[in-house]
Amino acid sequence: MRHVARTRKQAITVRVNGIEYEGQVEPRRLLSDFLREDLGLTGTHVGCEHGICGACTVLVDGRAVRSCLLFAVQVDGAEIMTVEGLARGEQLHPLQEAFWEHHGLQCGFCTPGVLMAAYEFLRDNPNPTEREVRENAAGNLCRCTGYEGIVRSILAAARKLQADR
Amino acid sequence: MKPAAFDYYAPDTLDEALAVLAERGDAAKILAGGQSLVPLLNMRLAKPEALVDINRLRELDYIREENGWLAIGAITRQRTLERYPLVRQHLPLVADALHALGHAQIRNRGTIGGNLAHADPASELPAVLVALGGELVAASVAGQRPLAPEEFYLTYLTTTLDPTELLVEARFRLPTGRHGGAFLELSRRHGDYAMVGVGVQLELAPDGTVARAGIGLCGAGPVPIKATEAEALLVGERPGEELFAEAGVRAAAQAEPESDIHASADYRRDMVRVLTRRALRLALQRAAAADTQ
Amino acid sequence: MPKWIGQPIKRAEDPRLLTGQGTYVDDLRPLPVLYHAAILRSPHAHARIRSVNIERALAVPGVVGILTPQDVLEMSDPFPVGVETPVRYYATATDKVRFVGEPVCVVVAKDRYIAEDARELIEVDYEPLPAVVDPERAMAPDAPVLHEDIGHNIACHRSLRYGDPDAAFAEADVVVSQRQVFPKYSSTPMECYAVIAQFNPINGEYTIWSNFQGPFSLHPVTARALRTPENKLRFIVPPDIGGGFGIKSSMFPYIALIALAARKTGVPVKWVEDRLEHLAASSSNTDRVAYMEVALKRDGTILGMRQKLIDNVGAYIRAPDPGCLFRPLGNQVGPYRFQHLAVEAYAVHTNKSLTGPNRGYGCQHLYFNIERLLDKAADTLGLDPAELRRRNLIPGSAMPYTTPTGGIYDAGDYPATFEKLLELANYARLREEQARARAAGRLYGIGIALAVDPSVSNMGYVTIAFDRKLRQRPGYQAKSGAAETGTVMVDARGNVTCTINTCPEGQGHETTVAQLVAEEFGIPIENVRVVADFDSNSRAWSIATGTYSSRFAAAGASATLLAARRVKEKMRAIAAHLLEAAPDDVVLEDGVFFVKGQPDRNVTFRRVAGVAHWNPNALPPGIEPGLQNTSVWNFEHAVAPDDQDRVNSSQLYGFVGEIVAVEIDPETGEIQLQHYYSMHDAGRILNPLLVEGQIWGAVLHGMAGAMYEEMVYDENGAFLAGTFMDYLCPTAMEAPPLTIGHVEYPTPASLTGAKGVGESSSETAPAAIANAVADALKPLGIEITSLPITPSKVWALLREARARQATGGQP
Repeated sequence: MRHVARTRKQAITVRVNGIEYEGQVEPRRLLSDFLREDLGLTGTHVGCEHGICGACTVLVDGRAVRSCLLFAVQVDGAEIMTVEGLARGEQLHPLQEAFWEHHGLQCGFCTPGVLMAAYEFLRDNPNPTEREVRENAAGNLCRCTGYEGIVRSILAAARKLQADR
Repeated sequence: MKPAAFDYYAPDTLDEALAVLAERGDAAKILAGGQSLVPLLNMRLAKPEALVDINRLRELDYIREENGWLAIGAITRQRTLERYPLVRQHLPLVADALHALGHAQIRNRGTIGGNLAHADPASELPAVLVALGGELVAASVAGQRPLAPEEFYLTYLTTTLDPTELLVEARFRLPTGRHGGAFLELSRRHGDYAMVGVGVQLELAPDGTVARAGIGLCGAGPVPIKATEAEALLVGERPGEELFAEAGVRAAAQAEPESDIHASADYRRDMVRVLTRRALRLALQRAAAADTQ
Repeated sequence: MPKWIGQPIKRAEDPRLLTGQGTYVDDLRPLPVLYHAAILRSPHAHARIRSVNIERALAVPGVVGILTPQDVLEMSDPFPVGVETPVRYYATATDKVRFVGEPVCVVVAKDRYIAEDARELIEVDYEPLPAVVDPERAMAPDAPVLHEDIGHNIACHRSLRYGDPDAAFAEADVVVSQRQVFPKYSSTPMECYAVIAQFNPINGEYTIWSNFQGPFSLHPVTARALRTPENKLRFIVPPDIGGGFGIKSSMFPYIALIALAARKTGVPVKWVEDRLEHLAASSSNTDRVAYMEVALKRDGTILGMRQKLIDNVGAYIRAPDPGCLFRPLGNQVGPYRFQHLAVEAYAVHTNKSLTGPNRGYGCQHLYFNIERLLDKAADTLGLDPAELRRRNLIPGSAMPYTTPTGGIYDAGDYPATFEKLLELANYARLREEQARARAAGRLYGIGIALAVDPSVSNMGYVTIAFDRKLRQRPGYQAKSGAAETGTVMVDARGNVTCTINTCPEGQGHETTVAQLVAEEFGIPIENVRVVADFDSNSRAWSIATGTYSSRFAAAGASATLLAARRVKEKMRAIAAHLLEAAPDDVVLEDGVFFVKGQPDRNVTFRRVAGVAHWNPNALPPGIEPGLQNTSVWNFEHAVAPDDQDRVNSSQLYGFVGEIVAVEIDPETGEIQLQHYYSMHDAGRILNPLLVEGQIWGAVLHGMAGAMYEEMVYDENGAFLAGTFMDYLCPTAMEAPPLTIGHVEYPTPASLTGAKGVGESSSETAPAAIANAVADALKPLGIEITSLPITPSKVWALLREARARQATGGQP
C-alpha cells in the first residue's frame, strides 16, 4: 500500500507522449498542474477545475479524462497523451488537419481538450453520425465556434481517418 | 481553486483498504473515480484529513452474471458497464441512464460505486437501482452486509454507510420473461444532472399483464424515490395509456421535490407525472419489440 | 480578381494552437521566479468591514506578504468613472463589501496551493447590512444605499429627446407598451483572466503581462488608480488570448490589484483567475428593466418611441459603463425610419457583481426591447410581424442615412436584405407549417428580429453620460475618435512583417492582415508574417487601440493596409528610379514592378526591397533607406456628441436579420429550435471562413442568454450561479441548426470595405428566440417579456394560461 503524508512528496514516473518523466509531487497536486508547471507541457489548458469544461482533457492509459480531477500521484506509472503528442514531428494528425481546414477553432483555448476527446472518440467509433459527434463534443465547452466548426471538423477527420486506413 | 493538503493512502487490496478505513475512516474520504469528490476538494467544500484511493483495488473491478443477478464491482468504470453487451442489448434502462450520466470523459473515470455512494439524489444510477430493486454490499473489517437502497440513502449526499465501511458491490436481479425498460430525464443541458429523471422496468406475464414493475425517480426528493404506489397500481393489470397516466399521477404524488434555479418544485413534480407515463410507454414498446424478435 | 481577399484562407494561427504551442499568459514565465496570488473575496452581498487580521495567514510557511484594504487605500486612488457621480471604486473593498466575490485581500505565496491555504486563515470581521439586487427597488427612497457619500443608488441618469416624441404619441392611432426584463449574463471566455505584475522600485515602473483586450483608454484609467504616469505602466499582451467577447476589457481593476500586490510584497506576482472567481466577480452585461412604448398609425407606420431603460451596473459603475446604455445610441432606432424618440436612461447600483462590455454591448438589450415590442404591436394591429417591419424599414435609397440620434448609417439596403432573409427562411412556407401545427394543437412559433449592427465605437459616445450643459462648459475636454495603428516592414529579401496592436482573442487577425498585405503587394501569403503580441513600451498605440466593438476588420485592418500602401508607394518610387520611369507609370503586379504597357521593363519586388536596405545611396533623392511604415487609421465621422445629444456612436453599421422557428412541448415546456436563419450584411467579406465562424459563435452566445445562462442572485444578494454546473453554457447538443446567408454592401468608411461581424447575431438571437417562443404561445394568450426562457418557466406560463381558460378568461 502506498501512503504519503500530506507534507511529503512522492516520487512518480509517467510516460507522456512517449517520453519518460520523473517528478516529486505532494499528494494534492493536480495532474493538470503537474503537466503544465512541472513538465512544462502548457498545451493542456485549465478552464474550470471542476470537471465541466473539458479543456484539460488528456488520455490516461488510452482513456480521455479530465486532468483537473486527477491527482498526479494517481498516475504514477501511467501512459499519458496530451495535445503535444498528436502530431508526428511537423506532420499534423488528420484530426488537427481537419480542424485547420474546417475552422474548428478560434481562440484555441478549448481546442486541446476537444482534440483529445475527439481522438478517443474516433478511435472507438470510426464512423460516427453527426448526433454521436455532437454528444461526444458536448463534454467540452467552447465559447467561440458555436460548435459548428468543431462538429464539421470531427466529421471530416472521421472521413480522413477512414480513407487513410 | 486548489485542494487543501491531505494524507494519501492507496491500498492495493481490499483488506488493506478496510484496515485503513478502520483506522482513519472518521477523518478520511474514499476516492474512487473522483468526478464528484475532486471538484468539492478543489473548491475546498470538502477538506478531509485523508484520502483513501481505491482505484488500485482490481478485485472490485468486475461485472458478473450469477444466479439471475448482475453484480458490479464498486470501481467498475461507468463506461465499462455502458459498453457491457448485456446492458447494451437487453437493459435499455441501465444503458439510457448511463448515457445520460455526464459525458464520456466523466464516465471513463467515474465508477459505479462512487456514483451510488455519493448519493446525489439528482443522479441517474441510484434511481436505476431503485427501479430494478437492486441492492448494495458494504464491507468493513468486521465483514460484509447487504443493504437495500431504501436503507442506504438517508438524505442529500448522505448514506447509512459507516465511515469504516466501503461500498464494494451493487447488484440487481436480471429481469425475466418479456421485459422492457426505459430511462427518461429532463435536464437543462445534455449531460447535466437531471432536473427530473424516471427509470422504469416492466416485466410482462404470459397473458400480457404486468408481472413486475419497478419505477425509480431522481431529482424528485432528498433521496432516490421508489414509486411504490405506481408500481402497485401496475402489477396484475393490462398495460395501456390510461393505466400509465394514472401511474404517473401516483408517482408524482410520491415525489418530494424542491425548487432551485433550474426548476420549481411544482414543475419537477409534474414532470415526474409526465416522464413516468412516457417511460412506461417506451418500456412497453420495447417489451413488445423484444417479443417479436 | 483578388487572389487572397475574400478567399476562405486557412488561419495562420491554427498550427500552433492545434499542437499545444500557443502562448497564453498562463504559459509565460517572463521572470526567473514568480510568486502566486490568491484573492480573499467577500462572502457577503453587503457588509461593513470592521477589521482584518492577517497574522495567522502571514505565518504560513511560503507566504511572502498580504495586500490589505488599508494598503490599497494608502497606495492607490479610486479608478476614474465615466459618470458625474463621485463613485469611489478601488481595487479592493475598503470600507464596505458591496457584492459577493468582491476582493478584500491578496495573499502572495510561493505557489497557489499555499496562497489558498493562507487565505483561509485571514480573519475578516464583517457587519452584515441589508442588500438590494433589483434595480427598480434600488431606486426607491427607502432602499439600502450602497455608497453613503452619494446618498442614493443612481450612478447616472439622462433624459434624451430626439424630434418631438410627445407630438408623435398624441398623433398615434395606437400606442403599445410593454415592461421587459433582460438578464445578466456573460460570454465567460474559456480562458479566465490572468495577470503577471512586476514593480521596479528603482525606476518606479510597473510591468504587466495580461490577457487584456483593450480598449487602451482603460490603460490611463489603471495608471490613475496606481498613481503612476502612463509611460511607467507597461502593458504586455501575448499573441494568444483564450477568448474575450468584451469581458476581458473589464479586467483592468485586477491589473491594478496584482500590481499593488507586487509593489507591497516586493516580488513579481502571478494571478490566474479561477472559474469560480470569474463567474462571481469578473464581468457581465447589465440586467435591464425597460418600459417600452411605441406610437403607431393604424397602417403600421411607427411614429415614435419612448424607452425607459434601467440598467443594473452592480456595486460600482466601472468604465466603460454606462456604455451599456449609450454605446448603441446612434442606432437606437434600429433599422426603422421613425424620427421621434425619448430615452430615459438610468444606471443603478445594486449588490451584484460589476458589469461592462459583453458581446453585443447594449445591443442585445436594445433589440430585445424594440423587436419584442414590435411583435406585440403587430399583434395589436393584426399585421404579420414581417409586414409591420417591412413598412418601417429605412429604404436603401436613403443611404447614407442620418438617424435622429446622430448615427450615420454608411451603407446597406435593409428592405432588400430583409426580403432575402424571408426567402432564405422560406417564410411563407414556415407560416403554412405553423398553421398546420396549430390546427393539430401543437405549439409552433416563428420569431423575427432585425438589427442595425454597429461597429467601431466612437470614443466620444461615453460622454453622453454627462449632462450636455457640462459638455458645453468652457474648458471641458471633449472626446472623439476611433483610431487604430498598424506597422508594415519589408525586409531586404522582400519578405514582410506586419505588427498589429489589436490584442486579438481568436478572431484570426494574423490571417486577415496577411491576406490584405499579400494582396496589396502581389506576393505569396506565406511571405507575410504577422506579429500580434503587444507591448505598450515599444508599439505605436493610442487610446482606442484594442479589439472590441467589432472593430478589427475596419479599423486595425485599415491601419495596416494603409501602412502597406505607403510602403508600396515608396517602393514604386524606387522602382521607377531604377527603371528610369515616372512613378505614375509604374505598376506592381504579382510581385513585379513594371512600366505600364512595357512588361519587360521591370524589376522585382524583392530586388527593390534589396536596394532599399543594401544600397540606400542608390535611392532617388529624398527617399530614406529602409522600408517600414506605421500608420494610423481614424474615422472622420467619429466626432464628439453635439449639443443636442446626437452622436455617431459607431463608425460602421451592418445589418442582421434572423428568423427562428421553435416548437414547444406542451407538457414539459421544452423549447426545440427547429430552424435558425441568419442573414448578414457585414460589408465586404475579407475571409468567409472567419466571418461564418464569428456568426456561429455570436448565435450561440445570444441563444445562451435567451435560454440558458443567467447570473442568478437571490433577493439577499447571494450568488446562485457560481459554478459551471449552475451557470449553463450551451454545449454542442444545444446548438441550433443554422442556415446563414450573406449580402455585401461594402462601406466607404474603411479602407477594406468591411464592417464588423463579431457581435452581429449576439444582438438579435435573444429577440428572435423570444419572439418565436411568444409566437408559439400566443394562441394561449401568453406574453413573453423576460429572459432566459426555461422549460420550468414555460410550464408555469402554460399552467396559468390553462387555468385562465378554464375560468373563462378571467385571471
